[in-house]
Amino acid sequence: MKNQSVSNNIDWLTVLLYSILVVMGWMTIYSASLPTETTSIFDLSQIYGKQLLFILVTIPLIFVVLTVDAKIYEKYALIFYGASIVLLAGLFVFGKTIKGQTNWYSFGSFGLQPSEFAKIATALVLAKFLSDVQISLKNTQHQLIAFGIIALPVMLIMMQPDAGSAMIFAALILALYRDGLPSWYLWTGVIAIVLFFASLFLRLPFILLIVLGVMLIHYFLSRRAHRNPILYTLLFIAIAGFTYSTGFVYDNVLEPHQKDRIDVLFGEEVNQQAEGYNLNQSLIAIGSGGWTGKGYLEGTQTKGGFVPEQHTDYIFTTVGEEWGFSGAILVIGIFVTLFIRIIYLAERQKSSFSRTYGYCVASILFMHFFVNIAMLIRLFPTIGVPLPFFSYGGSSLFAFTILLFIFIKLDANKVNEW
Amino acid sequence: MRKILLPALIIAAALLIVARLFYLQVLDDSYIKKSENNAIKIKYEYPERGYIYDRNGKLLVANQPSYDIMVTPNEMEKDLDTMEVCRLLNVTKGYFLERVEKAKVYSPRLPSVFLSQLSKKDFAAFQEKIRRFKGFDIVKRSLRDYQVNAAANVFGYIGQVGEATIAKNPYYKSGDLIGRQGVEQVYEDVLRGVKGVQYIQKDRFNREIGSFKDGIYDTLAVKGRDITLTLDIELQKYGEALMFEKRGGIVALEPKSGEILALVTAPTYDPALLVGRDRSKNYRMLENDTIGMPLFDRGLLAEYPPGSPFKILTGLIGLQEEVINENSAFTCHHGFSYGRGAFMRCHDSGTNRLHEGIYKSCNTYFANTFKLTIDKYTKPEYGVNAWSSHLKSFGLGDFLGYDLPPGRKGLIPTSKFYKRFYPNGGWRSSTIISNSIGQGEVLMTPIQLANMMATVANQGYYYTPHIIKKIQDGKIDPKFTGKHYTSIDKQYFQPVIDGLYDVYNLGTARGLGVPDIEICGKTGTAENFAKINGVRTQLTDHSIFVAFAPRHDPKIAIAVFVENGYWGARWAGPIATLMIEKYLKGTITRKDLETKMLTKGLKQEYEKVISGQPFRINQ
Repeated sequence: MKNQSVSNNIDWLTVLLYSILVVMGWMTIYSASLPTETTSIFDLSQIYGKQLLFILVTIPLIFVVLTVDAKIYEKYALIFYGASIVLLAGLFVFGKTIKGQTNWYSFGSFGLQPSEFAKIATALVLAKFLSDVQISLKNTQHQLIAFGIIALPVMLIMMQPDAGSAMIFAALILALYRDGLPSWYLWTGVIAIVLFFASLFLRLPFILLIVLGVMLIHYFLSRRAHRNPILYTLLFIAIAGFTYSTGFVYDNVLEPHQKDRIDVLFGEEVNQQAEGYNLNQSLIAIGSGGWTGKGYLEGTQTKGGFVPEQHTDYIFTTVGEEWGFSGAILVIGIFVTLFIRIIYLAERQKSSFSRTYGYCVASILFMHFFVNIAMLIRLFPTIGVPLPFFSYGGSSLFAFTILLFIFIKLDANKVNEW
Repeated sequence: MRKILLPALIIAAALLIVARLFYLQVLDDSYIKKSENNAIKIKYEYPERGYIYDRNGKLLVANQPSYDIMVTPNEMEKDLDTMEVCRLLNVTKGYFLERVEKAKVYSPRLPSVFLSQLSKKDFAAFQEKIRRFKGFDIVKRSLRDYQVNAAANVFGYIGQVGEATIAKNPYYKSGDLIGRQGVEQVYEDVLRGVKGVQYIQKDRFNREIGSFKDGIYDTLAVKGRDITLTLDIELQKYGEALMFEKRGGIVALEPKSGEILALVTAPTYDPALLVGRDRSKNYRMLENDTIGMPLFDRGLLAEYPPGSPFKILTGLIGLQEEVINENSAFTCHHGFSYGRGAFMRCHDSGTNRLHEGIYKSCNTYFANTFKLTIDKYTKPEYGVNAWSSHLKSFGLGDFLGYDLPPGRKGLIPTSKFYKRFYPNGGWRSSTIISNSIGQGEVLMTPIQLANMMATVANQGYYYTPHIIKKIQDGKIDPKFTGKHYTSIDKQYFQPVIDGLYDVYNLGTARGLGVPDIEICGKTGTAENFAKINGVRTQLTDHSIFVAFAPRHDPKIAIAVFVENGYWGARWAGPIATLMIEKYLKGTITRKDLETKMLTKGLKQEYEKVISGQPFRINQ
């Protein structure tokens, strides 16, 4: 009895969580884009009308994703990857430039954002690469290939430039870690981030003094056999060099608006009408929600259109304002449940390909979720990434849907693998 | 470990976000305020202030519309034609910048007053072009329109609310008007009504996009309620006219109710001076008159030595303490000797009983009575305390509790007071003997004196004096309808009243009588001192008169103080008599007295004190 019916094995909990998020997302977009005079909810001249159309289009999309042979995703992973690289590169010729960013193909009033789909392809290729029994992430050469797979689309996206989308790919490191990437990569990353932010607050000699102190303590606490003065010295020089260069990067490499975003994060006074304005309005909208919010369609900040781009990257501000703290934790709870469910399912997979892909899906969705909400509440610098299933936009909705449903298909198909 | 990292990271990140949201949404409520400032515009509608009537239903205070130009700094545009605004409103650029700066300090998002209390024609040209001046608004308020030029001290005035009040009372916003002084202050809550509020939802371009929550929080303005005062405005006006070029106060009460019939202070001012654009200029002018002090309500605030009218109390206490009776007699030899070299002079001589003592105002009689009262007790402390507690039962030495800004307590010394004064002891009845005749330490305000006369007229009780007679759709404070009994028994009043009646027939107010009205009165002549260039200098005595009438059915009790008017029957007596006749009969028979009071004053007397030249007193 080959090929059991797919529908019998679909993880309906994941589908349910997905559906709840999409419906809540649409309701929020409706509120955020409600015009003063009432119109039909299918009005395609309105944002909520278009989003409703997108949601309807996902239904056949899901059907296709679930019905094609699960093998295709593994088999043609490289082809999908190649195609998305071509699409990304093609932007520099055919793309449409909006606000200095070239990340769209434009078809009339609709657009296509290839970076959204590149995430799926990259996840598939990465999973395929790692599922090969010959491959081990303990091997430096294999590590480099894995990083290369991630780096290629990141570079093209950075050139658009779209720092937010590029950053999401960093989440794939978390999936690599599950598959055996040595942990010092993570430690290096964490230390680098800590040093970068520390260098914004503290003077260089002071940071080096702390680093030196920590290293000396570590040196004398470690076993005598492990004490290697040369290694410690080299490490210290590397850290010193890195910390020095972050100051240089901050001053000379970052764009002024990116610097402003970092300054705003740490509460520096920045012109309220420019960089600080978005964050300030976002905080006001969310902060004024209280325990239970102002009520659906009753958000004063939302109605007044104070938060810019509220239906896309800032959609969670409407949740915070109209549904309050209770609504916000409900939405967060649903997201977290979805992520944990995906990881749980991934661990259940028989094939290494499916498991790695599941981890990639969870990592990407989580990264979007965290960066998006954290930037609204001043936990993270302002970076434009959409909130999965919530934010307005066809490309992102389609991409997230395909990303998730390929995994659901793989999961449903596991009974057929041996 | 490798399986744990991602779920752990997800949960940690979610908890971090939830904690931050909890802080922003639940703990920190500043964003709620910011959101309101941001998205909701509040529009106020100011109701008309309640009218004020006199006891006979005559309209005293009505309203006139007035317009304020308001500015909201955040709504002003960068390319605003400042010079044009200044030209149309006739203000300087310096004024413009100063007001806008001030408005920013108060709130960049709320309207502040730019130019206040304009009449329609003042801003007609500006109004035509107001659409070009974003951030400027015209608000209609109601200002007072006085129907009489009198009783300014009773009415008080209305002015812009101060920052301290705004901070304390959330009802008031910058630019609102509030009653100050007089009944405007005391009955502010009744008179002002409740302003209407409209919440309007704005968008980020500050455009109005409809009412907030379909107007469920909006309220309509409620008109202020009218009040009726106990004042008889004709009597009040007459009293003010009689105080022509004099300083002092007149308080007239209705003994049967405690209602204030007239509350005159002199000099006074036209209440209309404190309305409109010149209000602050005029207020400063009145405030700067530190000699006449027109803003100082002498009827309530001036503490004078009461002089001879105080003998009424000395006599009543003596009777109550049973140290004298109405037949007790003392012999006077032009004065009273109370120690070696200590002598209180008296204009009288001969042997007097209580009756003569009162109408002749014999110092000796009351000095003896006082001495006996204090010395009845084993120690002077006990004597003074007994004496002062009798006085306090008349409402003296404390706030009377009337419904006008509280005024002054006056002074009734107790043993504590003298212990502080003479820390080594050694004081006795003779040390403080001057109190017997209303000099010494005792101080009373004119309203306390008038209330004392009302108490005597009632033979032992008084009502708390009050100015409110009726409140539209409301009740007056019940404390104004309860009797306060004194510690003097009713039986002791009649002999004193008989003495007061003969003040007009045989005594110090002979020649002031009015046909057909039996008046009981008492003159007073009080020594007083002032510091001139740092030197304590005696000035001409205050002329004092207290009275009530008619004798058998008292309808009015009155106290009159004329500063530096010399003896009581010279100025205060005629004024009290004329006021009584005016109130009881409506017409004046003593035209001779009236003409003198209306046309003669004490200008010269007051001028010589400030002339810097040496001067003589009591001429």
